[in-house]
Formats: sequence, C-alpha cells, structure tokens
Amino acid sequence: MSVLVIKPGLLTSVQDGGRAGYAGLGVGRAGAMDWPAWRLANALVGNAGDEAALEFTLLGPTLRFEQNAVIALTGADIDAHVDHHRIPTWTCCALPAGSVLRLGGMRHGCRGYLAVRGGWATPVVLGSRSTDLHARIGPFDGRSLQANDQLAIGASDACAWLRPADATHVLPWGLDPQPWLDYHNGPLALMRGHHFDALDAASQHAVFNTTYTISKDSNRTASRLDHASLSLQQPLELISEATLPGTLQLPPSGQPILLQSEAPVTGGYPRIGQLAAVDLARLAQRRPGDTVCFRETTLDESLQRLAQRQERLQRLLRHIAQRQSEE
Amino acid sequence: MPSTIDIEPLAEDAWLVRFGDTIDPDINARVHAAAQQLRERMPEIECVPAYASLLVRFDATRWRGDEDALSPQHQYDTLRSMLANIVTTTDASREVVIPVWYGGEAGPDLSVVAGHTRLTPDEVISRHCAVTYRVAMLGFAPGFPYLLGLDPALAMPRRADPRLSVPAGSVAIGGNQTGIYPQALPGGWQLIGRTPSKLFDLHAVSPSLLLPGDRVRFHAIGQDAYEKLMEERG
Repeated sequence: MSVLVIKPGLLTSVQDGGRAGYAGLGVGRAGAMDWPAWRLANALVGNAGDEAALEFTLLGPTLRFEQNAVIALTGADIDAHVDHHRIPTWTCCALPAGSVLRLGGMRHGCRGYLAVRGGWATPVVLGSRSTDLHARIGPFDGRSLQANDQLAIGASDACAWLRPADATHVLPWGLDPQPWLDYHNGPLALMRGHHFDALDAASQHAVFNTTYTISKDSNRTASRLDHASLSLQQPLELISEATLPGTLQLPPSGQPILLQSEAPVTGGYPRIGQLAAVDLARLAQRRPGDTVCFRETTLDESLQRLAQRQERLQRLLRHIAQRQSEE
Repeated sequence: MPSTIDIEPLAEDAWLVRFGDTIDPDINARVHAAAQQLRERMPEIECVPAYASLLVRFDATRWRGDEDALSPQHQYDTLRSMLANIVTTTDASREVVIPVWYGGEAGPDLSVVAGHTRLTPDEVISRHCAVTYRVAMLGFAPGFPYLLGLDPALAMPRRADPRLSVPAGSVAIGGNQTGIYPQALPGGWQLIGRTPSKLFDLHAVSPSLLLPGDRVRFHAIGQDAYEKLMEERG
C-alpha cells in the first residue's frame, strides 16, 4: 500500500522543515523553500507540523494512490485534477484508493506542496526527511522523484472531519492563500552585508535600485540574478566563512547569487547582503524570468516582521485546528 | 581573549563571531575552543566553525519580544560575556591517522606536484606525512575537511581544468591546503593519493570521521594494504 509516481513533474522532492544541527559537519539544512506553505499544508490534513511533504517546481507530478488518503495542496496556484475532476488547493481532500492525482502547470508562483495525512513515510536521515539534492542526502539517496518510485504514507488516526468514501470528497472550507502566497513582484527586504561597503559607489547604489531577473540557472541552492554587474572597489582576498539561506554573494563575474534552502554551509565570496527571513518564502515563489528588486531593511525591522508572521501563522494554525475539531 | 573579536549579526537567527581574517593556526584554535565551550553552555545553538570565524545560530522562531531571553540584545550580551572567558586550553583534541595509498592510479597528480615543487615523488609523500594537520573546518561537501599545516614546499595551484568527478577518498592539494574528498565530487585540487578510510557515513552515530579541531596525520600505505583495508570496510 503506497503511492506510485506515474510522472515526477519537473523537480519534485520530499521536504520537511530541514536538517538542523549538522552544519558543522558540512551538511546544510535543505528543507521546504516556502516554509509557511509547507507548514499550512500539514495543518490542513491535521498533521502535527513537521511531517514531510512533496515540494514540486513549476510542473507538478502525477501520482496514483493505492490506498485511501487525505491530502492538501498549498503553495503556488496549480491545476490539480483527480480522475479528471478539478480539485481546489489550500483545502483538504479525501481520495479513495485508486485515485490518480494529476498536478499540472502553475499559473502563478514556482513551488507547491502536497501534504498527506500521516506524512510521507520516507526514512529519516540525520534527523530529517528533507532531500538535499546537492549533497545527495535524504530520501531516494538524495535525488528528486522519478517515475515508478513508491512513497509510503505514515500511520495516522482516522480523519474525523473528512473520511475517504467511494468518490473524491473536498472539505467545504479552505484557506485564503493571501497573504501566504505573494504574486506581486514587490521589493524584497535586504540587510546590508559585511562586504557591502567594499562595493564601489555605483554598485552600492545599484544594489537597491536595480530590477534583476532570476536566471534560468537557478535551483534550490541559489537564485542567480541577471541584469546586474556589481563591482568591488578593489578585489578582496577572503577566506571561507559560514553562509546561510538568504545570503547575497558576489562572485567575480559581478552577477549576484542569492542563496536558498540548499545553501552550502561555507563560502568565500564577498557577502553583500542578507535577505530578511520572511522574504525567503516570497523569493521561493519567483520563477526563472521573474524580476527581483530589493529595498533596504534593518535587523530590527526584519525581526519584527518575522515575529508578526509567526504570530499570524500560529493564529491561523489554531483556527484550523479548531475548525477541524468542530467538524 | 584578544579584543579583536567581532560579533556581527548575520541574519535574524545567526551571529558571526570573527576572530581574525587570516588562515592562521592560532586563530583557528581559538575558533574551535570557542565553539566547544559555547556548545557546552548552550546545547541548543548550532555552531559552524570556519578558519577564523564561528557562526552561532539560534532558533529565531522562538523569539517573542524584546524582553525575551532570545532577543537579539540578550543573545549578543550572552555571547559577548561567554566569549570573554574563552580560553585556548592545552590541546585536548583527538588525533586521527589516515592511511593513504600515494601515487599510481590513486594519485594521478603526484608527479605533477613533484615536478612543480622540484621534489621527487617520494619526498612529496614523506613531507605530506611528516606533519600533524588540524581540521580547520568542514565544508564544500559533507565531511570534507580543510586541513591546516601543509608544508609550504608542497603548495601547488589548483588545476586549470577541474575534474568533473574526483574519486571518493582522494587526498589532494589545493593552494596551501590539503584535503580529502569524502565522496565522488567535481574538484580542481591536485590528487596525490587515496585513503580507504570512510570520511562520511550517513548511518554512523557520528557521521563524519573528522570533526572541526581534530588533529590529522597521514600514513603512507601500498596498493595491497589499500585494497585489503577497502575489503575489510566492505
């Protein structure tokens, strides 16, 4: 009893909240790129929160459920069909055994999440089920899903508010994707980095006054930003130090690199900025060809926004749990 | 602790502590002493030691407000006071011996290094084995050690044309550093030998054979011994 991958989609991988605690050994966190969307997908199926979901990119997978399942789709706005009937996203659906779930292209955004009640029961590697595609760590030896892969579903109590029947059954309520899914190409908040002052004057101005394009060479490790050429006053001889998701690096090409979920744990390029943590999810939803621009922020403002988002998310999670208990 | 120590916020949940800006064994020893002592006092934090800096990562999602013990000011004050009391004690680090089959198919660049350094291949091997190295940091790939202490006579530029795949266990020289590839990876360092030791094992209790701060020595073995050790490893 499991779920069979019929078509893997463009890039689909198992992700949870990430692999914390091994950065000192050279192992990064990986994990869901749009953290709130991943967390809310789990909440909609009644998971405790840290279960693994499938993260898919631009084009979703086609899956056959060999067993009854309760699922939720969040993240980017995607075409989802079960046996030729359209199903909504940002809600909860019960699928009978034998259902084929077809996820198509995305109208907006870049990454979506599929959570299943009980979670995807792939093996835990170094404390996490996240796939690190770069280091090849995690489920399926750290690779993305392929056709004919089988995914097991973890054990769970019966879903009190939605029981699988003979036909697909959709919960009569769902979540407003706003503000969690941000379609607007508004500026992302960036703090100045340690080497910002080493940029020449024109480049310091350009960081916050350029509209960049996300390169097609972007992936879960980093978004490369086209249409920019930033330069230093003079070359810097740096030694490697820790990097994080959100670090904006400047390699010698002058084309900045914004590190993402699979950021390497160390790097030796000048560090010109750090993206506000709350904007990592917005960055995750920009696709190659989309634009990015930055506004300057401070650590204090970024912390306030992070605390506000956490509070809003906690409120929504409580609300979901309450609605589920009332059904 | 010298007053040159600099604590900089890197992100909402992370501080970078800089102890200097050069590759220097004394600075690196302070990094490891600080990492060890911070971990002992605050087991919940994540530390990423590098050559001259230490990343300290908290869980920012637990922060609730300025009065909170996890507020940035509180974190900064805590770090500052702990780092003021860090002492680089006498060296209690582990020493790990790494057997290496030098040259031949295991070290296709040994003769290139010998030619560049005007040493014989045997001299390169004996100099590479003569010193005790320090694991300055792990990075690039899981379990990849950047080792300090290479004999300056063995320093050698990286290859102009990096290999698409360097075999797992390759012992290599890149600039004035030496390191070991834990798994097959693309790489531009000069390959002088290969070890049968498993550098990184996902299923081991301690996945990385080497830890930041460890001392490392290389021990030359022949192809037969290499193959026997590989067999025993299974």
